[in-house]
Amino acid sequence: MQEIVQVTMAEFKIMKAPGQIVTLGLGSCIGVCAYDSIVKLGGMLHIMLPNDAMAIGGVVNPAKFANTGVPLLIKELEAQGASRFRIEIKIVGGAHMFSANGQESVFNIGTRNLEAVEEACNFLGLKIVAKSVGGNNGRSVSLDLETGNVYVKTLESGIMNYVLLA
Amino acid sequence: MIKVEELSYFERDVLKEIGNIGAGHAATALSQLLAEKINMSVPAVTIMPLDRVSDLLGGPEELVIGIYMRVFGAAPSKIIFVFKREDALILVDKLTRNKIGETKEIGEFEESALKEISNIMTGAYLYALIQLTGFTLLPSVPAFACDMAGAILNSALLDCAVIGDHALIIETQFSITERQINGHFFLVPEPGALKTILNALGVGPSCKK
Repeated sequence: MQEIVQVTMAEFKIMKAPGQIVTLGLGSCIGVCAYDSIVKLGGMLHIMLPNDAMAIGGVVNPAKFANTGVPLLIKELEAQGASRFRIEIKIVGGAHMFSANGQESVFNIGTRNLEAVEEACNFLGLKIVAKSVGGNNGRSVSLDLETGNVYVKTLESGIMNYVLLA
Repeated sequence: MIKVEELSYFERDVLKEIGNIGAGHAATALSQLLAEKINMSVPAVTIMPLDRVSDLLGGPEELVIGIYMRVFGAAPSKIIFVFKREDALILVDKLTRNKIGETKEIGEFEESALKEISNIMTGAYLYALIQLTGFTLLPSVPAFACDMAGAILNSALLDCAVIGDHALIIETQFSITERQINGHFFLVPEPGALKTILNALGVGPSCKK
């Protein structure tokens, strides 16, 4: 039985093969999967908001925001032997869960998260090789550390759909 | 700004009372709508880590129906109704006076019926709050989603993440006695609104000597 590690909101996990990293029920949040196929090391980050400038007061958890979370994930991966030139990024999430009101900022947060993740990846020179983003359905993601395959599960109108993201 | 983790027991109790009065009105409205006896739980005021909220509904991947409304005015908040899918179907049957089990799919009509139920209950809930606090509070048009519990709740509670890792949730459960339908009603004050509500009720920071 291989190990399965769950990532919850505003958190990231790093793991070596064999095993799986999963995150469940992404809405407008984004799951960022990073994988280095040579050392078979991967990580997953679950961000909630685009920019840490949005935080009000107190201690800030960098894994909550796209602009601070992505660099943190990559730094930790590199500390464990991955190379950013080999790391491939796959991103999942960033949906608009509630379809009725397009005009409110809280409903656009998915798109803004998405832009912020892409910007952070570009800034670090990372390749985004696949995405399953937008729409108005929730997603669960799993990253298989043996192969680097990312599977996306959706429950659109009650019908479960499980696909390999390529 | 008040951090929800730092609320005193007494302040939580006051918030619970708000939930109690509001939910009482909402339950009465639902009862009249369905011509059924409705049971209501004593509201719980929970301060919980954002990632655990979906556990209240059976885990992040549980298929649920969520109806989301924003409340505008002096104390901006969010109201979220959550039903399990099968419970929502029974609710539609009850509302349209169909036989239980007749509704099998959530289509446009069913979506509209569920939104309307939420709308009426929210109106009753807010009316109680308005009388109690003297605020002007206006609900938005309801937004509907049928999906994973985690995805629905996390998206709805996102702006709590701006201030911390916890959400303050005033939760009531409704059940229709014979049918065992459970609905969850969440009132989530936005980060800045908490102080306004507590002040209006005479227990906030500006009321302390």
